[in-house]
Amino acid sequence: MNKNLISIRDTSTEDIDLIIKTALSFKEVLGRDIKKVPTLRGKTAVNLFFEPSTRTKTSFELAQKRLSTDVINFTVPTSSVVKGESLFDTIRTIEAYGVDFIIIRHASSGVPYLVSRFARASIINAGDGINEHPTQALLDAFTIIEKKGAIAGLKIAIIGDIFHSRVAKSNIYCLTRLGAKVRLIAPKTFLPKGIENEDVEIYNDLNMGISGVDVIMVLRIQKERQGSGFFSTPEEYFRFWGLTRKKMAAAAPDVIVMHPGPMNRGIEIASSVADSEHSVIYDQVLNGLAIRMAVLYLLSGARP
Amino acid sequence: MDIILKNGHIVDPSSGLDSIGHVVIQGGKIKKITALPHELQNELQISPQTQVIDAEGLYVFPGFVDMHVHLRDPGYTHKETIASGSQAGVKGGFTTLCCMPNTNPPNDNETITRYIVQKGLSEGACNVWPIGAITKRQEGKELSEMGIMKDSGCVAFSDDGHTVTNSLVMRRALEYSMVFDVPIISHAEDIWLAEGGVMNEGRLSTLLGLNGIPAEAEVIMIKRDIELAALTGGRLHIAHVSTAGGVKAIREAKSIGINVTAETTPHYLHITEDCVDGYNTLAKVNPPLRGKKDVEAIRDALRDGTIDCIATDHAPHHMDDKECEFDMAAFGISGLETALALGLRLVEEGVLSLSALIEKMTVKPSNILKLGKGTLKEGAEADIIVVDINRDFTVDMESLVSKGKNTPFHGWHLKGICVLTIVGGQMRYNQLGGSL
Repeated sequence: MNKNLISIRDTSTEDIDLIIKTALSFKEVLGRDIKKVPTLRGKTAVNLFFEPSTRTKTSFELAQKRLSTDVINFTVPTSSVVKGESLFDTIRTIEAYGVDFIIIRHASSGVPYLVSRFARASIINAGDGINEHPTQALLDAFTIIEKKGAIAGLKIAIIGDIFHSRVAKSNIYCLTRLGAKVRLIAPKTFLPKGIENEDVEIYNDLNMGISGVDVIMVLRIQKERQGSGFFSTPEEYFRFWGLTRKKMAAAAPDVIVMHPGPMNRGIEIASSVADSEHSVIYDQVLNGLAIRMAVLYLLSGARP
Repeated sequence: MDIILKNGHIVDPSSGLDSIGHVVIQGGKIKKITALPHELQNELQISPQTQVIDAEGLYVFPGFVDMHVHLRDPGYTHKETIASGSQAGVKGGFTTLCCMPNTNPPNDNETITRYIVQKGLSEGACNVWPIGAITKRQEGKELSEMGIMKDSGCVAFSDDGHTVTNSLVMRRALEYSMVFDVPIISHAEDIWLAEGGVMNEGRLSTLLGLNGIPAEAEVIMIKRDIELAALTGGRLHIAHVSTAGGVKAIREAKSIGINVTAETTPHYLHITEDCVDGYNTLAKVNPPLRGKKDVEAIRDALRDGTIDCIATDHAPHHMDDKECEFDMAAFGISGLETALALGLRLVEEGVLSLSALIEKMTVKPSNILKLGKGTLKEGAEADIIVVDINRDFTVDMESLVSKGKNTPFHGWHLKGICVLTIVGGQMRYNQLGGSL
């Protein structure tokens, strides 16, 4: 394993497999009565979130606590960032404490990469701009493997705002690498230029796109995109690209439905789907914890 | 002091000269160019104090004219000053710099114009001529006092850094400027198409998760401005052309006789968006570095005359503005000290002949602005450079004279160094025989 986890694009398939395999053993730990292990006792992690986040930060923090890591949370409103400190000065200040892991979320793409070039600590990307969100893709892959046995050969549809979604980008790189047949379903405005160069099929029509798929990943639609020309109204979006039970009937009978959260019910997903037996959304949450434990563990230099 | 440059290989595209000879400089002007030894003896008898400089094995060119630089004064003197920028200029072989108006306050009135002209005279190592803003505060609304500013020293007008988005204002600017016979320089960028973009739009921008600026943002505005030039007959000059589509539009316009000229920069001739990979903020520039096909098209356009000249768009920045998030980093490349060697690389790669290169860095930009510079004709101001085209060096950002160390060419091995720069008969940069 590398010292850092910056992007799926730069992570080898072997390492992806290793992380997922390691997560499996940590999931077993999470099923015990006593869920805490002493594995990373004495290590320190800083969760450095320049963007608001509830679930990813909670997941990292709990993963760190389960591994007995000391945790510091550093979020923008309470930090000196608002005082005009430069990003790199912030990192250097945190590094001066001698921390082992820095988990970074930032609105600008590339920040974890730029930080990793000079930081001594292991850098974990918790989402950068519209670039990547590698631990989300890993937990999604882990969940699919758990439900379907394997990824190779599966038809997987990703629906929604691919353009702004770091979750989608990391998933595209991860799932295509693991042998899935990935379909992107979105209005043309939500498809970034050049994405057709990845090993994906592109559909503007949801009904065609989800025909026969084994997995559906629904992306969150940010309402603020409305008005900037990416789509018209939430109502229209829901009619054409919202996932309903009726539309889902075209998928494989045992299709699973995933969502990185938080969901906008009635915009990208109908409640009847979100709450159905096909939904694995809460499995994703627990698996996220296992994946983040595995990542912390492996980046610390340990071998399973 | 009078100077004779002896035995240099003189290339002066304005007079078609391309041979070994001697340049006689008296009273700050070029007195004559001769190949005859006895004429030199005559000159020495007339003026025994003349300093004779042996330029054997070296090239002698007219001093370069850069019609597009940012000298950052007033307002951003931590990035560059007229002194530091012009010193970078003379080191790079430039004897005339025309500076864009996006200072703080912007050069949109006579007072700022006079300030820049005055500072150029008192602190400048070379000729510094300001370009005034087309509109007040560069807001694209009200025309600035072009006539008064021209009288105070402005040689052209541009809202560089900003597009005049309102087509009516641009039309009026082209019409109004005709009265004063000054060109309007267009920063061609559809700000809505480019909105939020930080690099060229394409596969790489998607892979890096960076917002892209499509080539069409440039092409659309070039086409609009060409139509307005056709409508008005105004003197339109397109700044920093970076796209194949832009080149095509300009070529078509020229073929039907529309009054348009264009420049490109060394970076659009040599590097592509690939330099941005790794979130390299030194390669963040506006318009953004494009693809290989664009570079090829720009080179073809320079060769066939569609693009008239090379300007640097020298955009010095403090490193604090570059060592940061890619989204937040300033746009721009410090270009004065690498332009000569990058130009000579075009000669080496067979894109241009040496004299064509010199033409595009001297008399061509001078003619666009009607400066009367960039020539070694008798009677002209003695703005002359002596160049060792074979001397190689490695670009080191830390060794740049400009305050702006922001160059994506750091570490490049290049050939061609300016060893002597004479401005108005004065030696302003001299590395002859010296070590660098």
